Amino acid sequence: MPYHFNTSEDQQAMLQAIGATDLNDLFSVIPDDIKFQGLLNIQSAMSEIELAQHLERLAAKNDHVGNKVCFLGGGAYDHFIPAAVDMIASRGEFYTSYTPYQPEVSQGNLQAMFEYQSMICQLTGMDVSNASVYDGGTATIEGTLMCMDATKRKKAVLLGTVHPEYRMVVETYLVGLNSVAVTIPCPAGVVDLDLLRDAVDNETACIVVQHPNFFGTLENVEGIVEIARQQGAHVVQIFDPMSLGILKSPGELGADIAVAEGQCLGNPLAYGGPYLGIVAARDSFIRRMPGRIAGQTISQNNQRCFVLTLQTREQHIRRDKATSNICTNQTLFALRATIYLSLMGPEGMRELGELCVKKANYAAKKITEHDRFELAFQQPFFKEFVIRDRAANVDELLSVASAQGFMAGVSLAPWYDELSDCFLVAVTEKRTQQEIDQFAKMLAGIATTSEAMQV
Amino acid sequence: MRNRQATQLIFELSKSGRRAARLPQPESAVEAALTDLLPSDALRQSPPPLPEVAEPDVVRHFTNLSTQNMSVDTHFYPLGSCTMKYNSKRNERMAALPGIGNVHPYQLEGSMQGLLQLLYEVQEIFAEISGLPSVSLQPAAGAHGELTALMVAAAYFRERGENRTKVLAPDSAHGTNPASAHMAGFKAVTVKSTPRGFVDLDDLEAKLDDQTAVFMITNPNTLGRFEFNISEICKRVHDVGGLVYLDGANMNAILGITRPGDFGADMMHFNPHKTFSGPHGGGGPGAGPICMREFLDPYLPSPTIKRHDDQFLLDFDRPKSIGRVRSFFGNTGVLVRAYCYILTHGPDGLRRVSENAVLNANYLLAKVKHFLPVPQGERCMHEFVASAGELKKTKGITAMDIAKRLLDHGFHAPTVYFPLTVPEALMVEPTETESKETLDEFAKALFRITEESADDLKAAPYSTQIRRPDEVAAARSPIVRWHAEEK
Repeated sequence: MPYHFNTSEDQQAMLQAIGATDLNDLFSVIPDDIKFQGLLNIQSAMSEIELAQHLERLAAKNDHVGNKVCFLGGGAYDHFIPAAVDMIASRGEFYTSYTPYQPEVSQGNLQAMFEYQSMICQLTGMDVSNASVYDGGTATIEGTLMCMDATKRKKAVLLGTVHPEYRMVVETYLVGLNSVAVTIPCPAGVVDLDLLRDAVDNETACIVVQHPNFFGTLENVEGIVEIARQQGAHVVQIFDPMSLGILKSPGELGADIAVAEGQCLGNPLAYGGPYLGIVAARDSFIRRMPGRIAGQTISQNNQRCFVLTLQTREQHIRRDKATSNICTNQTLFALRATIYLSLMGPEGMRELGELCVKKANYAAKKITEHDRFELAFQQPFFKEFVIRDRAANVDELLSVASAQGFMAGVSLAPWYDELSDCFLVAVTEKRTQQEIDQFAKMLAGIATTSEAMQV
Repeated sequence: MRNRQATQLIFELSKSGRRAARLPQPESAVEAALTDLLPSDALRQSPPPLPEVAEPDVVRHFTNLSTQNMSVDTHFYPLGSCTMKYNSKRNERMAALPGIGNVHPYQLEGSMQGLLQLLYEVQEIFAEISGLPSVSLQPAAGAHGELTALMVAAAYFRERGENRTKVLAPDSAHGTNPASAHMAGFKAVTVKSTPRGFVDLDDLEAKLDDQTAVFMITNPNTLGRFEFNISEICKRVHDVGGLVYLDGANMNAILGITRPGDFGADMMHFNPHKTFSGPHGGGGPGAGPICMREFLDPYLPSPTIKRHDDQFLLDFDRPKSIGRVRSFFGNTGVLVRAYCYILTHGPDGLRRVSENAVLNANYLLAKVKHFLPVPQGERCMHEFVASAGELKKTKGITAMDIAKRLLDHGFHAPTVYFPLTVPEALMVEPTETESKETLDEFAKALFRITEESADDLKAAPYSTQIRRPDEVAAARSPIVRWHAEEK
């Protein structure tokens, strides 16, 4: 056994100290009729070498962002991860510790959490941040529930331009809470404020807006905030951390709660998780926040230090009256985000934002040079945009592109009937002009070939 | 030794004009004026006020911070209920393989068959270990699994036209159980424990009725005892038409020894980061895959993975599904580590994990019970709960005093003041990845502490950089972020 210490002599000595005859004796409290007979039907143990060979074989069957040029987005992005993030975060003292219940031996984690919270506030223009929830989807529902709790209202108005999976999460959670999520269709790629105004009433707890939205386009958050204010509702803004080097922050736009998927901040794609759910808010929401919060205090020996604070919000104290059931969160990924933001700094984030928007616009221009492709929405966008395939053959297009070395985009058909001929393209700072040119050429090539075949 | 300069807040290390990351210049064809691409009223005036530091600042800062943590890699960490076992390094290497760690969640199915196969096998393995055949890998943590399963139960009863409003859990249950019940829209009802720490069957009987949707039980329970009445408990819940949920936090005690599906549970979650050794990362990530009886399968979150001949497919065609509880597939990285852990143990190895976890806990219990009573018994499963109740009465020594003093001896403290049913509780879970020598040293340290005077203990720990932070002040006027003004 690779990770056990007990030799058979140890075991004998320990059994003797216990007063047990053998190992089975330790399990005698389990009634025989529910004891499992025989061995579990799983394959026999592999050595480390065999494990590596097996995993390498499985891994070799997968494309990844290192062997295909990635234009996939939709909430998870191929942004660059500086080496220092991996090196620092993989230190065992961070990696193999747990929730800092004993502050005296957890100051590293607690201070990192405090710095994370501070950076999220600096980035978003919000007053408070927690130490993370699971991901962007759960951050969205937690933000929504905070608004429902604050207003004692049971309706959330979601823009149709919010990530479809986040909307599904909100809908799933609200079913059992006798609350409703109303979705406003956004055929223009951004919300129609008049439609929104009609949907928001004095039963509305919050408006949930994503800006830049799922399609990459910019919403009029200030206009949305004004509509919310008229009805006493709050605004939850889902933001893209990578946009905040150049775009106005949620705080500046007037949002009450700012939530995000933090994968982009130095965290690997890992097929969807673990990621990082960011939740930040105005001061007045502090006691309604879910999960862990690190706070500054003074130690008995008069030093500044950090502890888990406001724990009476939490499940281990308040049980069914807690603000959320969350216990294990994503601290390691909050740490990675903190290291990432430290490395980037204000100028790095500004340059990053500019690179994304410039490269995305360049890519959109190049792709739409072929007349099979057009932008679905005539709206300014940040790092993602929607391409309509006039030949309405998105699945085949994406599959042929894959064979030619490109992850070309995310089909919108599963979520939007009216956009079933469209796909979402994301361009990060990692994409070079050469890759974009080749991508556009490849798409045009597919278009030309299939035209020729039709003739 | 301590580098005080480096462990100032990173904001305090900031100096205008310093920077670490350098980004590429945009190519000339790509270059454009920002205001030509985005409306100027969307743009911020100045970049976000993040720290301005050089890369060596960042590395030295966080590396020095890390040295102020105890961790499994550096210390014995018997934090009860959290299963702080050794995290194998090989699993880290496997999870970081590019064909696993760098796969985008929206890749085409055909371009990630190896990963889908792996995750399909994880579903199968969890079904086998639990004895419950229908699996969702979507939930992100144990508490998230609880919530998801309760939503599944609600959907099941809704479809049957049954209006069941209550979720029952013992008073010794993790706080997540009642919190999850509340979040899923149920009323949380507490069932009493007997003085020996088991579910009080009479109180259970009194609270079970046709309004009962689910009884949540942790088995082995949080006192480290196996609920020997489990079959009877499940039968009584089933008799009123309710479902039994097993909180799988303590699966480390029973791998291959008894299966929740075989002792009557209808639903459960695993904590792969505990049982199957995912690193805990200072508080997370974890994962919370759930396993169910087949009749609950239609309600599981979408998608699951199914196999069609040699192809592995994401099954979105689940019309009765509760929907989604998170974005994307799940906490794949954690599940990959669990898969590697399970493959390197095999069926007999998993059984030995539990045997040694239970052996270690019982050995430690035998060593400490003479000076630190364990009210709920002479034997335990993978953990036990000692009580400083007597010591508090006779000498004024509390569980917290013992916990703090252990830090001076180079041991992380056990979980304290949980479960709530034991006065001055110290919940000790050694795990199987500790040696007899370590357990002997730990027992010795505990004994020495109980011999010290309360006055001496009140000032502990002595060897850490800080001691006994003022948590009351922290909560009374919360400072939860750095402010530029304070500089």
